[in-house]
Amino acid sequence: MTETQHFWRWSEKTYQAPDLDWRAASSITVGVDVGSVSSQAVILADGKLLAFNSTRTGSSSPDSALRAFRGAAEPIGLTLDDISYAVGTGYGRVNVPFADRTITEIACHARGANHMGGPSIRTILDMGGQDCKVIRIDERGKVLNFIMNDKCAAGTGRGMEVIADVLSVPIEDIGRRSFEIDEEPAAVSNVCTVFAKSEATSLLRAGWSVNKVLAAYCAAMAQRVAGLIERMQVEREFFITGGIGKNIGVTRRIERLIGVEAIKLPADSVLDPQIAGALGASLFAHSLYRKAQKEAAAAGGTAPGNGGTPGGAAEPAGEGAGVAG
Amino acid sequence: MIANYGYEDGSGFYYITVDTDICIGCTEYGCTKVCPGNVFAVEMDDYDDFVCTVAEGARKRLRELCSVCKAQNGSGGTERKLPCTAACPGGALRHSW
Ligand code: SF4
Ligand code: SF4
Repeated sequence: MTETQHFWRWSEKTYQAPDLDWRAASSITVGVDVGSVSSQAVILADGKLLAFNSTRTGSSSPDSALRAFRGAAEPIGLTLDDISYAVGTGYGRVNVPFADRTITEIACHARGANHMGGPSIRTILDMGGQDCKVIRIDERGKVLNFIMNDKCAAGTGRGMEVIADVLSVPIEDIGRRSFEIDEEPAAVSNVCTVFAKSEATSLLRAGWSVNKVLAAYCAAMAQRVAGLIERMQVEREFFITGGIGKNIGVTRRIERLIGVEAIKLPADSVLDPQIAGALGASLFAHSLYRKAQKEAAAAGGTAPGNGGTPGGAAEPAGEGAGVAG
Repeated sequence: MIANYGYEDGSGFYYITVDTDICIGCTEYGCTKVCPGNVFAVEMDDYDDFVCTVAEGARKRLRELCSVCKAQNGSGGTERKLPCTAACPGGALRHSW
């Protein structure tokens, strides 16, 4: 029996900092982003990036949150008992069973993007699994303004997965292949995933190459998203988060349409635009834990969460703690 | 913060805009009481203030949920003719259509 190939399946990613001993840290905080398509967990030790994991969201949000956490934590021998404070975010944030607090994905993407791209980031495009948001932030990563559009899967991770399957192209090859064409085709008129299959089939029958159809879909997605960005009037610097942030077929076409190049992570960075929400949540967790500790110390009590201090040290890291990478 | 919750169809983009800085001083939460479509929810935001949001379950149904009010009251715009905009004392709510 032959095995079915799932072209939409993107590679799950995990990272553990090689030189960071979490047992010596005074706080371990975690951010978990449960989205409609993917779930991520980012773990910080004293505010520094310790580990992250990105996995597909399953039918159960609590299970997906746990799977994302374990994917990051288990390779370094860390368990939920070691966590000082956890923040849940994303579509399934209320279903993160070990979260001390939930925070919207808008605030978390803003904070994550501010950390990844730096304080000059003012406009963020978050291309999630099932929706798309444009967020304006200040130099501290605080949200000033956002626009969200939930109409359909066009211009989203789910939409791209459907197209990968329809055209039998591995999802991670779509961006590159969409540029392997002689001439940029007109964007397809309809990027609705419901119609994607029949429209792609008729274009192939009409003699279009697979790459040309991919280019036309990427262009159509970029047009839809550029319309949303232009409503907010893009202010530099501009940063793209979410899974589609890795698809150059869409991101480069968006840049062309809006006339602004997005800030990219350095080539040697271990970070990934897909973890921006979980990274922001983990940074919120770090700040909230510090705040709770200070309040508890003032009141003579203990901090919320499990109050775990893995290394037994009394004080968390200083404000300047940063995420490497 | 200015929050825009919207939908899109063949004719354009349409949004409900909430200025959550105005909601911070609100005590009545009139928007949640008068809306026949249960479009709004008052939630603690990320900075620990209680503000109006478009409820998660309403975000994909704005065109449908608001259609009755729009038919009865005309467009929303900035004129505060809709039940929600009329019930908002500080003018925190706007509909773009
Ligand atoms: S009535 Fe107006 S000010 Fe009050 S919560 Fe609703 S939108 Fe905000
Ligand atoms: S127009 Fe206003 S009051 Fe009517 S359903 Fe829409 S949000 Fe609710």
